[in-house]
Amino acid sequence: MSLTDKDKATVKAVWAKISKSADAIGADALSRMLVVYPQTKTYFSHWPDLGPNSASVKNHGKNVMGGIALAVSKIDDLTAGLLELSEQHAFQLRVDPANFKILSHCILVVIAGLFPKDFTPEAHVAVDKFFCGVSLALAERYR
Amino acid sequence: MVAWTEFERATIKDIFSKIDYDVVGPAALCRCLVVYPWTQRYFGNFGNLYNAAAIMGNPLVAKHGTTILNGLERAVKDMDNIKTTYAELSVLHSEKLHVDPDNFKLLSDCLTIVVAAQFGKAFTAEVQAAFQKFLAVVVSSLGRQYH
Repeated sequence: MSLTDKDKATVKAVWAKISKSADAIGADALSRMLVVYPQTKTYFSHWPDLGPNSASVKNHGKNVMGGIALAVSKIDDLTAGLLELSEQHAFQLRVDPANFKILSHCILVVIAGLFPKDFTPEAHVAVDKFFCGVSLALAERYR
Repeated sequence: MVAWTEFERATIKDIFSKIDYDVVGPAALCRCLVVYPWTQRYFGNFGNLYNAAAIMGNPLVAKHGTTILNGLERAVKDMDNIKTTYAELSVLHSEKLHVDPDNFKLLSDCLTIVVAAQFGKAFTAEVQAAFQKFLAVVVSSLGRQYH
């Protein structure tokens, strides 16, 4: 399910619309994930506060969206573009890749809530494919 | 038996009282057919599903979307007996329709996104958790009679 030229154009267009709100989207998606999928809290036992207003959550949401921004810029070769991040996730963070799907879903929910008119089914399929590609690239170095 | 908190019961009833089944149902099913095109395999007799525009304008898809929401309402009306409520529908989806139960999750995700789009800020993390828990119970019940 690789990205067509149309998918890439759609992803870039969606990103152009939402990137100003990237920090807020990241923070909301992450805090949502921690509530809706409580098992994901196991990765953040080192944070004192896992609530939506937590500085750690907000900051990490920003990091995640920074990664997404990088992925958009490297959309023509996600595997190569995200190699360093993949190594970080594989060797240091060791996040089970099943969780990439979970966080992707939460980001989609947030985008739908903030941009209901823009997040058409066509936009949705392109962004979903893109997140699948990002997840795959992030898991590249796992084994 | 599923344990529902008061918040969860109230949230589910609230959501379903505020959505138009004729809008949300079709929107969710259309989205599913567009975002996960392999789900179109179950709708061979629905006519034109060639592209997103065709899907979104297809009256059979719209009608079926409404049917699905009305089906969900049965669970909302009796949240303590969802398994029993869907026993027959589960047999139908397995024996007659031959639907891979993984598809129920795909449709659930699309429904969540359509509801999130309608409710905006009101679709908080806690509301999302309650809604997804409800859908997970529905999905599990629909898959129960498969063998």
